[in-house]
Amino acid sequence: MTLNRRSFIGTTVAAGAALSAPMAIGQGKPRVIVVGGGAGGATAARYIAKDSKGAIDVVLIEPTRTYYTCFFSNLYLGGFKEMDELGHSYGNLAAAGVNVVHDWATGVDRDAKTVSLAGGATLAYDKLILSPGIDFVDGAVEGWDLAAQNAMPHAYKGGSQTELLKAQIMAMPEGGTFAMVAPPNPYRCPPGPYERVSMVAHYLKANNPTAKIIVADPKGKFSKMGLFQEGWGNHYAGMIDWIGADFGGGNVSVDPAAMTVTIDGEETKVDVCNVIPAMKAGRIAELAGVTDGNWAPVNAADMSTKADADIYVLGDASQQGDMPKSGFSANSQAKVCAMAVRGALTGSKVFPAKFSNTCWSLIDTNDGVKVGATYEATDEKIAKVDGFISQTGEDSATRKATYEESEGWYAGITSDMFG
Amino acid sequence: MLKGGAFAAVLTLTAALGTSGAADTADIAAGEKIFSKCKGCHQIGEGAKHRIGPHLNGLFGRKAASHDGFKYSKSLTRLGNSGLEWHADTLDAYIENPRALASGTRMSFRGIKDAQERTQLIAYLRTFSDNPANIPEADPTATGTDHDLDPEILAIVGDPEYGEYLSSECTTCHQTDGGDDGIPSIVFWPEEDFVVAMHAYKNKQRAHPVMQMMAGRLSNDEIAALAAYFATIEE
Repeated sequence: MTLNRRSFIGTTVAAGAALSAPMAIGQGKPRVIVVGGGAGGATAARYIAKDSKGAIDVVLIEPTRTYYTCFFSNLYLGGFKEMDELGHSYGNLAAAGVNVVHDWATGVDRDAKTVSLAGGATLAYDKLILSPGIDFVDGAVEGWDLAAQNAMPHAYKGGSQTELLKAQIMAMPEGGTFAMVAPPNPYRCPPGPYERVSMVAHYLKANNPTAKIIVADPKGKFSKMGLFQEGWGNHYAGMIDWIGADFGGGNVSVDPAAMTVTIDGEETKVDVCNVIPAMKAGRIAELAGVTDGNWAPVNAADMSTKADADIYVLGDASQQGDMPKSGFSANSQAKVCAMAVRGALTGSKVFPAKFSNTCWSLIDTNDGVKVGATYEATDEKIAKVDGFISQTGEDSATRKATYEESEGWYAGITSDMFG
Repeated sequence: MLKGGAFAAVLTLTAALGTSGAADTADIAAGEKIFSKCKGCHQIGEGAKHRIGPHLNGLFGRKAASHDGFKYSKSLTRLGNSGLEWHADTLDAYIENPRALASGTRMSFRGIKDAQERTQLIAYLRTFSDNPANIPEADPTATGTDHDLDPEILAIVGDPEYGEYLSSECTTCHQTDGGDDGIPSIVFWPEEDFVVAMHAYKNKQRAHPVMQMMAGRLSNDEIAALAAYFATIEE
């Protein structure tokens, strides 16, 4: 189920061998390389291949053979979804004409317009779409680095980290303590940490009801705060201690060896510590030289980078304006980008960009909430047009329908991404 | 007006109803109220036409998915071809949980769990099939288009190519293969119904906040374009 090192190595070797073929076939046809097979990259690759009807050679570079979505991974922690339900293969994309290469992109030569791969190959592109998701800022949480991710998982990329965190939660002693170090803005999935707190609380309430949850947060407020706090009071009274910026939540350090968390000078021994550090664009964006600070600034009309008109950045890694970093946003941006890239390479019709996003969160069984907005491209940024949010005090039928809707959305977006 | 086949079906029905309790007029009246859940998609009675769902006149004894000119799901077509006919018992199962009977059905309906309510609804539906011959007047409001939308808006001819691009915003949630887990299917709707529904969201007559927001910024031409595209999308 989970990818281990052995299967990764096998993948890399196979991809290296396969690469000579697309380079030969691709002669004469414009080629788009998409790096990263998540909500942004898979969608972009699928739409360009589908809508160009063979006129564009589309190569998708993604190291994993099975993609585990980060969205809905909290529902796995809460016991509402199995990990298998969150896994998706690239078989349909390949069948739809996308040349799927399972390898790591390790560098971009912008002058030669090539991407180099860990397997040794070098691929030329006409347009390059980077959708690498996030990486973590070094030294963001004192005492934590990537080497500590097994002791204190981030679980903020789907798959094995999520499974590790769940195993640790299940192994907590009776009355134990779960700590979360929440990230500063901007980060992937604004309500994600708080949905996670809800899902961990849901699990603990049923299996370890005297356990406690501590959240150290560098922010003073967070996405859907009123809704989450209402839900925590309704479902998990007395279990969750959220320590925001005003109470020293941003002054935090951890010791993975001793399993302690120190918040505003007060050290606590914990059983599980979920450290979600400050984030930045996935590394390939930085290697391509299209980032400025932690993120890659892009033009709102087509998601092309400010640094290079032939390189586009989608989703979490982009700095685009008002849209939250979410799978929904990345999927929305990918379709605008796909249309623009097709237009540039084949002269197909380009319509004005429209973007939208909705984020659903589950607080407890059948208690779903959502927030969403529509956006448009201006000269400066992707700008919010209109939005809505679930209301506190909604009746249970509304909340249940909202949760069911989120399941419908999951089925919809994953079929939109993977075919 | 009874034909041999229909007559045989009626006999079957009588037997089926006999086992599940005979319908009386109170059931029919209660069933008519319950039918309001169906009216958004199905017409019944005099002049009923196919809308989002097929019309339901003459339903009893008919082979499933057998109306020419209505685009059924593969799933229901397959069931019809393998012998499924609509009688009180098969309708009871279908209405209880449509997807349990036909997993790929386009009928975006969760089902009615209450057995008595199903019996009442079926009794009402029964009055629109042959025999008893005294078919009552159709409910004049039994229509999917109870609206006051400007005919000029309805008359706009949509550009399906533009609709295809705009549709990419819909398909993040709504599945193009007609799947409807928690979010309704929007493919193969009659264009008029699609346009009416979208304007009802845009004008905040329909309640859903996401759809109000999405429809709210679509122009009349854009809604027409989407309707044109979704009416013709291929499986």
